[in-house]
Amino acid sequence: MKAFQYVRSTTAKSAIDALAKDPAAMFLAGGTNLVDLMKRGVTEPDKLIDISRLPYNKIEKESSGVRIGALALNSQVAEDKLILEKWPLLALALNAGASAQLRNKATVGGNMLQRTRCGYFYDTEMDCNKRQPGSGCGAKEGYNRMHAIFGTSEQCIAVHPSDMCIALAALDSTVIVQGPKGERKIPFADFHRLPGDHPEKDNTLEKGELITAVTLPDSPYAKNVHYLKVRDRTSYAFALVSVAAALELEGKTIKSARLAMGGVAHKPWRLLEAEKALVGQTISEATFQKAAEIAMHGAKGYAYNSFKLKMAPNSIVEALKIAAGLTS
Amino acid sequence: MKTSKKKVENEARRDFLKQSSVLSALVLSPGKAVKDPEWEEKVAAPFEKVSLKLEINGIKHNLTVEPRTTLLDLLREQLHLTGTKKGCDFGQCGACTVHSDGQRINSCLTLAVTEDGKKITTIEGISKGDDLHPMQEAFIKHDGFQCGYCTPGQIMSGIACIREGHADTEDEIREYMSGNICRCGAYPNIVDAIMEVKKGGQTV
Ligand SMILES: Cc1cc2nc3c(=O)[nH]c(=O)nc-3n(C[C@H](O)[C@H](O)[C@H](O)COP(=O)(O)OP(=O)(O)OC[C@H]3O[C@@H](n4cnc5c(N)ncnc54)[C@H](O)[C@@H]3O)c2cc1C
Ligand code: SF4
Ligand code: FES
Ligand code: FES
Repeated sequence: MKAFQYVRSTTAKSAIDALAKDPAAMFLAGGTNLVDLMKRGVTEPDKLIDISRLPYNKIEKESSGVRIGALALNSQVAEDKLILEKWPLLALALNAGASAQLRNKATVGGNMLQRTRCGYFYDTEMDCNKRQPGSGCGAKEGYNRMHAIFGTSEQCIAVHPSDMCIALAALDSTVIVQGPKGERKIPFADFHRLPGDHPEKDNTLEKGELITAVTLPDSPYAKNVHYLKVRDRTSYAFALVSVAAALELEGKTIKSARLAMGGVAHKPWRLLEAEKALVGQTISEATFQKAAEIAMHGAKGYAYNSFKLKMAPNSIVEALKIAAGLTS
Repeated sequence: MKTSKKKVENEARRDFLKQSSVLSALVLSPGKAVKDPEWEEKVAAPFEKVSLKLEINGIKHNLTVEPRTTLLDLLREQLHLTGTKKGCDFGQCGACTVHSDGQRINSCLTLAVTEDGKKITTIEGISKGDDLHPMQEAFIKHDGFQCGYCTPGQIMSGIACIREGHADTEDEIREYMSGNICRCGAYPNIVDAIMEVKKGGQTV
């Protein structure tokens, strides 16, 4: 690992100032992604600003909704009574990610900012526009089994690997950030971006900005929810495809629905059209199949990931059936 | 994939970055430490060693490490506590599992300096003299290992799994122990061992 300077910040202001002053500095939270990338030489900051002790680790009920500190641990959020009672989808998604050990270190902010697991990005001998803009995309014509089927660009076809973020996307959360210019609120849908011509930018955070919290509005999705994660082994593996499904039911009629997919795009992939198609319908396999069909409009496979074109709609139907209690 | 010319450029760029980081280290001397009521704002230059207080297996240590030293390397290389194993060094196997303030973590992805002030427990710290920890006893009884390389991590993780309240069923144990890989495939016996300790009801 390349040597670096180390600073421990105790206030948001000192952390933000330290980052603003030094273009090659980075924040360090749990380190479970950044230390990994530094060991491999993928990321080589000159300075780490340790933010893990900043006072943003609480989960607080607000007049409407909840505020989760950016430094709350993934395990802490997944076990939190309020979250389990009111936003169980978030706990399900968190527990589907990584391992118990990693979740004890991984923070909410760090999870949102984890980099893609594209193998070409991780291997510094390979071409990768995300790691080294302009070098080319090794995955597009290479081994792209884990890669995206929605929203890809000529420059990059990587996926965002987070499970937690799929639930946050479905639950209409908001990201609170503080930067040199003050506080800013970013709707979750606008936080991560599609690769376009700038795959090196995963999100819309600006240089020097610190995530302080994520807020969730009150939700009617406390009961009929499911997070389905399809992967190469039952646990401790990244998603091939994942689905966060939440239904508000009145008897057998769907009053409202929330759906988002992971493992299919450069950002958590919210399925707004499919959600609309579910409203007012009766829960049934046919209803869910219709929604899945709508969700797949515009999907495009590559040499090794075309199986996702079938796996994704099947997973949507399965997740909805479990959420609706039609199957377990 | 990459042309050799590109590779040369890449290496040149790396050399440049290495040099420039050394230079900036000289310029940004760590003299400007700011006092904070709770925590001292620490600034350490790249190759400068930082001081670090850790309680490891009940013994207080005043240590100095480079900022890039992982907790795993500190334990093994500097303190010769080689019970904690390095399997992958990338968070993928769990062989390096230790407890930090009672919580299981992967010591390979943890920079030692970030643990300042914490209590670390390793496999060397769980028995009471010659009296093995119940989890150690159970691993022996159930043959919870073959080569033994993953075992310290499995035991540290198994203890945490019970403490966290995630050892009620075999399925739950399998899920919450998935961060510990065993290449010998001793999984069924590991699950049996944890199940027995859980059912025995001893404090772990
Ligand atoms: C073997 C393995 C398996 C995994 N499996 C999964 C999985 O199945 N599903 C899944 O979702 N994840 C998985 N992960 C990834 C894991 O969830 C992330 O590594 C973790 O969430 C990152 O959080 P952290 O606090 O450790 O971030 P760090 O590594 O500390 O930081 C990550 C990035 O975020 C920045 N950052 C952190 N906090 C802030 C903040 N508050 N404001 C601004 N910038 C910030 C850092 O500068 C850095 O760039 C896995 C990881 C490993 C190693
Ligand atoms: S898909 Fe994106 S991350 Fe992967 S090689 Fe191409 S540019 Fe890099
Ligand atoms: S050595 Fe730490 S997880 Fe493998
Ligand atoms: S006993 Fe050999 S790796 Fe587990």
